[in-house]
Amino acid sequence: LVFTEEDKYGLYSNLLFKYFLAEGIVCGHDLFVASAKEHPDNILKELPAPLLDDTYRKELGDEAAVVNSEDFQDSMKIAWRYQNLPKMETSPTTYTKFGHYYDISKKMPPELCQSVKRHSFYLHEELSFEPKMKAWNMNSGYARLLQSIQRIISQEGFDGSDPQKKQRNVLRIGIQSLGSVLWGDDVCCSDTPEDPHSLTKFLYVLRGLLRKSLSACIITVPSHLVQNKAIMERVTNLSDMVVGLESFIGSERETNPLYKDYHGLVHVRQIPRLNSLICDVSDTKDLAFRLKRKLFTIERLHLPPDLSDTVSRASKQDLAGSAKLLSSGCSAVAMGKKHLDF
Amino acid sequence: QGKFTLLRDTRTDGSFLVHHFLSFYLKAGCKVCFVALLQSFSHYSIVAQKLGVNLAAAKEQGQLVFLEGLKSCLDLLFGEEQQPGQPSPLQFLSCDLRALFDFVRLSLAPCDSASWKGPVLLVDDLSVLLSLGATPVAVLDFIHYCRVSVCCQLQGNVVVLVHSSEDSEDEENELVVNSLCHHSDLILWAQGLATGFCKDVHGQIKIIKRLSLRQAEQDLVQIYQYKIQDRNVTFFAPGLSAAVL
Repeated sequence: LVFTEEDKYGLYSNLLFKYFLAEGIVCGHDLFVASAKEHPDNILKELPAPLLDDTYRKELGDEAAVVNSEDFQDSMKIAWRYQNLPKMETSPTTYTKFGHYYDISKKMPPELCQSVKRHSFYLHEELSFEPKMKAWNMNSGYARLLQSIQRIISQEGFDGSDPQKKQRNVLRIGIQSLGSVLWGDDVCCSDTPEDPHSLTKFLYVLRGLLRKSLSACIITVPSHLVQNKAIMERVTNLSDMVVGLESFIGSERETNPLYKDYHGLVHVRQIPRLNSLICDVSDTKDLAFRLKRKLFTIERLHLPPDLSDTVSRASKQDLAGSAKLLSSGCSAVAMGKKHLDF
Repeated sequence: QGKFTLLRDTRTDGSFLVHHFLSFYLKAGCKVCFVALLQSFSHYSIVAQKLGVNLAAAKEQGQLVFLEGLKSCLDLLFGEEQQPGQPSPLQFLSCDLRALFDFVRLSLAPCDSASWKGPVLLVDDLSVLLSLGATPVAVLDFIHYCRVSVCCQLQGNVVVLVHSSEDSEDEENELVVNSLCHHSDLILWAQGLATGFCKDVHGQIKIIKRLSLRQAEQDLVQIYQYKIQDRNVTFFAPGLSAAVL
């Protein structure tokens, strides 16, 4: 269960969401898209087009890039993604076992899109409340979504219930902007929501459904709007992987020279620890993303070299302040510790 | 015998302690009732195999009673109508935790056929109950009833995992955790390092042993740092990690 905290204007988390779905199409997985904000068909029309290896290499040269990898475990029935940080290569290798690259400036060709089975759930088109769900004591929008997911899982045999089916496929579920007002939940509006347990109950049941079947799910949540932090903590505990995107648009960091190459930061708050005592801890936790014309990359945050002496003291102190925010293990030029004042 | 152990984690994941206790008690031959609310059976099974215990076999023999919260929840919500005589242990989704306690009590009740050593109740993890709508008072009541029945009446042990953090805004959770701290005989507190993330030292564990609940004796506090590996966890005194020496 991959939980993504949306950035303020939702631009980049939307992009990540689309990448997840596009990857599903290219890998031949079935898709289930749920949204209360825009119609799932519209979302599916706007997925980025996959890049074929040779065209990509020609166009991009040796810029730093990221490999999004997928790993499957038959026994665990959940797939998660983790990033291979580019300490090994600066350009994509020719043989990539996992993952694909996408070109954001182009849309995915409709034939490719049609090649997999797509299920959608658009809240405003769903039938109203069924009586059986009253016992659940949960927000009706969430309850209907869960029913819909469960129905697809059992009908299409993702939970192994149909022994006839030889070809086992994976279902990728994408849920957009969960917890926002559009789902009928006031978690984002007030400090003491009417039903604070709806979202957490939903996640718990979703977790159960994912564990029971061959599916993976990404959820985006506008966490900057959620007033009640206790709920966010509980939600973090209930998810396998939590990634937060913080974009620099409109914030003071946009002009900070520390971040001039990037469009935002990626906070990996939690990584999945499934089937083993340890988890795959990477070397560094400071990741930033940038959106180039064709590519969305996530890379290790590195400070720009401190070149000139004419940098004024005020901005140096700003840099020092921001550098302190970086946790240990950053591959930074040694900065921000002491400024020798003469 | 008759001890209540609290596993607590802050800023890190203390579930390795749960895996340890599970395999420890199973190897010791105790009858274990494991209320696993957060992960599925196969997750624990795979880790336990690395630690040398076969959960499926233990379940077959009746040594392990496993309540898989995620699965029971799905059965409750999506399954067919319940038979009237068998309420699901997770009935609390609509009412209190009494059904869960009954489940625990019945599963650890002494039976004549097998002779296991003392009963053990293991819960992973209690904070999930709050997320599912139980009130803090209900959770504390549940733990109290479990203590009375398992620790006092059956002379068994209870081990419970909770999450907490100092600057947490989850007041209900903090209430439960603080209350449990006062009632525990032994607290194992796994904390992330204050200085941030480190590859060689995954965290610090504080062991607080209550010498006496009645007299005002000082608790015994020990601090170790640890590093988790694939099959075990190594502990060492603070500052003496293998990477440093």
